[in-house]
Amino acid sequence: MIPEIGHFALAVALMLALVGAIVPHVGIARSDARLMGLADRVIYGQFLMALIAFGALTYAYVISDFSVLNVAANSHTAKPMLYKISGVWGNHEGSLMLWVLTLTLFASAVAWRGKELPLRFRSRVLAVQSALIVGFLIFILFTSNPFLRLDPVPVEGNGLNPLLQDPGLAFHPPMLYLGYVGLSIAFSFAVAALIEGEVTPLWARWVRPWTLSAWMLLTGGLVLGSWWAYYELGWGGWWFWDPVENAAFMPWLIASALLHSSIVVEKRDALKSWTILLAIIAFSFSLFGTFMVRSGVITSVHSFANDPERGLYILGFLAVVVGGSLSLYAWRAPKLSPSGLFGMVSRESALVLNNILLSTFAAVVLVGTLYPMMLEATGGAQITVGPPFFEFAAIVLMSPLIVALGFGPLLAWKRGRIGRAGQMLIPALIVALVAFLAVAWDSAGGLLMTGFGLGLALWLIVSVFLELFERLQLFKKPAKVLSRMKALPRATWGMSFAHLGIGVILLGITVSEAWTTEKLLIMAPGEQAEVAGFSFRLHGVEPVAGPNYTAIRGHFTVAEDGQVFNQLFPEDRVYTDQVMNTTEAAIAPIWTGDLYAVIGESAGEGKWSVRLYFKPFISFLWLGATFMIVGGIFSLTDRRKRIGAPKGKRNKSAAGAA
Amino acid sequence: MSKGLKSRKKQRLIVLSTAVAALVGAVLLVLFALGGDSLSLFLQPSSVLEKKIQAGQRFRLGGLVQDGSFKKLEDGLTYKFVVTDCAADIPVQFKGLLPDLFREGQGVVTEGALDATGTFMADTVLAKHDENYTPKGTMPKNVEACEHPEKAAGY
Repeated sequence: MIPEIGHFALAVALMLALVGAIVPHVGIARSDARLMGLADRVIYGQFLMALIAFGALTYAYVISDFSVLNVAANSHTAKPMLYKISGVWGNHEGSLMLWVLTLTLFASAVAWRGKELPLRFRSRVLAVQSALIVGFLIFILFTSNPFLRLDPVPVEGNGLNPLLQDPGLAFHPPMLYLGYVGLSIAFSFAVAALIEGEVTPLWARWVRPWTLSAWMLLTGGLVLGSWWAYYELGWGGWWFWDPVENAAFMPWLIASALLHSSIVVEKRDALKSWTILLAIIAFSFSLFGTFMVRSGVITSVHSFANDPERGLYILGFLAVVVGGSLSLYAWRAPKLSPSGLFGMVSRESALVLNNILLSTFAAVVLVGTLYPMMLEATGGAQITVGPPFFEFAAIVLMSPLIVALGFGPLLAWKRGRIGRAGQMLIPALIVALVAFLAVAWDSAGGLLMTGFGLGLALWLIVSVFLELFERLQLFKKPAKVLSRMKALPRATWGMSFAHLGIGVILLGITVSEAWTTEKLLIMAPGEQAEVAGFSFRLHGVEPVAGPNYTAIRGHFTVAEDGQVFNQLFPEDRVYTDQVMNTTEAAIAPIWTGDLYAVIGESAGEGKWSVRLYFKPFISFLWLGATFMIVGGIFSLTDRRKRIGAPKGKRNKSAAGAA
Repeated sequence: MSKGLKSRKKQRLIVLSTAVAALVGAVLLVLFALGGDSLSLFLQPSSVLEKKIQAGQRFRLGGLVQDGSFKKLEDGLTYKFVVTDCAADIPVQFKGLLPDLFREGQGVVTEGALDATGTFMADTVLAKHDENYTPKGTMPKNVEACEHPEKAAGY
């Protein structure tokens, strides 16, 4: 009964979404405030229906109702409750339900919090959002119904892929989805602005919290995924330039660009049509990412779906959304009021450079991801584009970005002076050069790229501090620093934190790539191995049992200078509900890096194959990402957003005129 | 040049030309990089023999791990197995920990190069797939040639 209620709720939601996608436009055309106001209520209704449907599915998972095909295919009674619940979105149908739930949730937030938006504009936004919801609901109801029944009812479920039974992966997909859906709001705002034919600084201020939240969630999602790969896949890698990763990385790049260009719209009333275009592209990449992962055009652990019918639908939906919005853009964008002017050297120019580099990088990643598929589709050879390609592109395109990042915040709006900024950054340049020369000299020229990366990272970190000191006037009026710290807008703190985070991540990447020590060997209990000055001693290997797996567990102690200071328990698990091995690496973070141990299979005679690593500074990756997210939170709670945007005068008059 | 505001036209020109330069640079980058090592061929055993791939050239080898071919060498860390597409076989040698999903009779993707004796010296065995389906491109093109095609399909 409950699944049928969920199914019915989805159907009702579709009807409501159809109404919500059409009626507000009619209301606007007829200047009928009642019809326009309907948009709010219809959105709340859709949210309620989506919530009921999602609740029904979750309930089926919690009680292990195997009469529902989706539950039987992806769940198991012996699974811990956390993974029963995360199993709801750990599959194709359920993840789409999550999409719809968050789409309606965010749209409701716009309806609820957006009272200061002019009614006409808000109705447009919500109507566009409803149209997107229609697209997703049709997809679910006609190709991916999660409430299909199964007859006869199986006694036990199939189980969730053991690789996915992991706290990191339980929350990685929903975070990414929340990020994608956050970008849908920016998209709806952009399309509504194009229909209305006006983009104002106020528009940018309304969009910014959404872009910012989406960006934070995408950052969090990417980091969780990469952290998961780092400890679960068992070879210490954290990024593989896999198509699935690229699919999530491209929206992040464009969202970062959008975040910066919308500042220019807000503060300087410039770059308007470019910002609109970025908002459209950012969401298009989100849809495209879903298409790639869901349609089965690529195969990896992330792509559960392998169904051409679904692929064709998503492709069609993508064509309508992207093609439609870009046509609208081509038609309406030239009519937008002209942008403000700025000098060649100015904050605006620096942000334009940021945008050009980030977008170009996204374009290169896109080409590298699609090229093998297109070549294969056109009957060419099967090839793969490997990490060297992407790494090379990252170095060429992101290095100038990081150099410019030091200057950008020091330049004034409209017309800046590069000489003055340069003077202030001299200490950063010195630190960077010293680091580069030290590494180059120490390795006798062997680690030039490491030196370069280290120099760049330190340049960025030092310049973030220099810029902050300048704002606080630390050296001019040291007594007043505390009061100035309080007066500094949170958005500024947010910027410094986020930029610092990038420097810290770069530092982590450079150091861990260059100085990781790895040993692959056979060990018998009692034996000892030296890795990067630490001695790992294997004490024993014993069988252990978990709720739905059995495992062998190794016991290592780690000593430095004869002093034991850490223990490691790597496992090799065999899951029983879907027979499969997983490697559970044991990782112990210490100040200078991570101790990392993996236990492999038995080598006979009581010996075991093991893999031991020391990965210096790898935690800086997660630390830097945390800084970026913290920066986002600071910026999100900035005063000018907390107290809400002032009423839009220009928009209102425009609403009255039309 | 750097001082003073320019007309709207000039500003647009500068922004556009920078963007175009970045894009052209990116395209060159792509062409350059795709011509180099970063692009590796993905081949099944019969096409390796057909194309007479030289020893030392890196490529990805995909296919099925032949039943009964899996052996561990003396050192306990080096593995030997045969990758087949049912029309041709290539012996593979790999040193390291094999990924969790490695099985005889299942699809595998390895990366490396042939040595002078025709053995594929793999330095990477990819395993980023779940066992419900065969990783892309490992399903033999002439699947009828296999004795147990249902096994080849990974069921």
